[in-house]
Amino acid sequence: MKLDCKHVWEHISEYIDGSVEAKLREDIERHLEHCEICSAILDSTRNILILTADDRTFELPVGYSKRLHERLKEEIEKSKQEPRVGEPE
Amino acid sequence: METNEAGLIARIEAGEKELFHELIQPYERMVYLTLLSIVKNETEAEDGAQETVISAYRHLASFRGDAKFSTWLTTIAINEGRKRLRKAKNAAEESIEEEVEAHVGDYSPAPLTDWREIPLEALERKELREALRVAVAELPDIYRQVFTLRDLEELNVEETAQALGINPGAVKVRLHRARMMLQKRLVPFLKTTAPARRGFFGRAL
Repeated sequence: MKLDCKHVWEHISEYIDGSVEAKLREDIERHLEHCEICSAILDSTRNILILTADDRTFELPVGYSKRLHERLKEEIEKSKQEPRVGEPE
Repeated sequence: METNEAGLIARIEAGEKELFHELIQPYERMVYLTLLSIVKNETEAEDGAQETVISAYRHLASFRGDAKFSTWLTTIAINEGRKRLRKAKNAAEESIEEEVEAHVGDYSPAPLTDWREIPLEALERKELREALRVAVAELPDIYRQVFTLRDLEELNVEETAQALGINPGAVKVRLHRARMMLQKRLVPFLKTTAPARRGFFGRAL
């Protein structure tokens, strides 16, 4: 089947995830071979996803990990002093 | 679940409680970003992340090895985020779960005509990262949450559906829309920041 651009756009996300069925994948790939517009959309979307997964894009607050583990340490200490549920004291 | 992780959990439950630090360490980032995607405030997200980790520690015995630890933890984080959101909104407004696919709109991507001028080095730019952060923050809640779990934390469709309590079909639809909205938002930015070297038609081969 010959796909038009709009049809390709509808499936672009699933195409990126590799979850379109084989036949549709083939049709999309055939379309991409000659369509600059759809190739560009695919590339730019992929680039956005690469950028999203890059740790530098979404950074954690400075000191986050340290504060988290300090809090956890307190909690662990506290729990050690409590008898475990169901255990003889 | 990885054997090493299962081993850690067993040891923690047997009494080596300090190992929980080690268990949680690979997921610190994920927990924070999940919270941030819901509460949209850094301080609130950090507080919520701490609560999530503490809650996971306290309830580790209820974790069943048939689910992935990461999914279990994400579910706790989402619940914590929703709890905070409800508190903030004083339970007056609709909860996020009730927000339906009512966003009728155009989810087609933005066409680019000079895409080859978007060099990979553009991705190195701080401005672009900032633009992406802003664009993600401004996505409607239901789209931002799915996008965060799938593309930022790299959960699969099933895990995302499970964590958010929605069906896999909804995950796919929301993810597609989120990506297309972001593509549309960022294309003009890519265009204006990319150095114009060659025109579309005059492109050298």
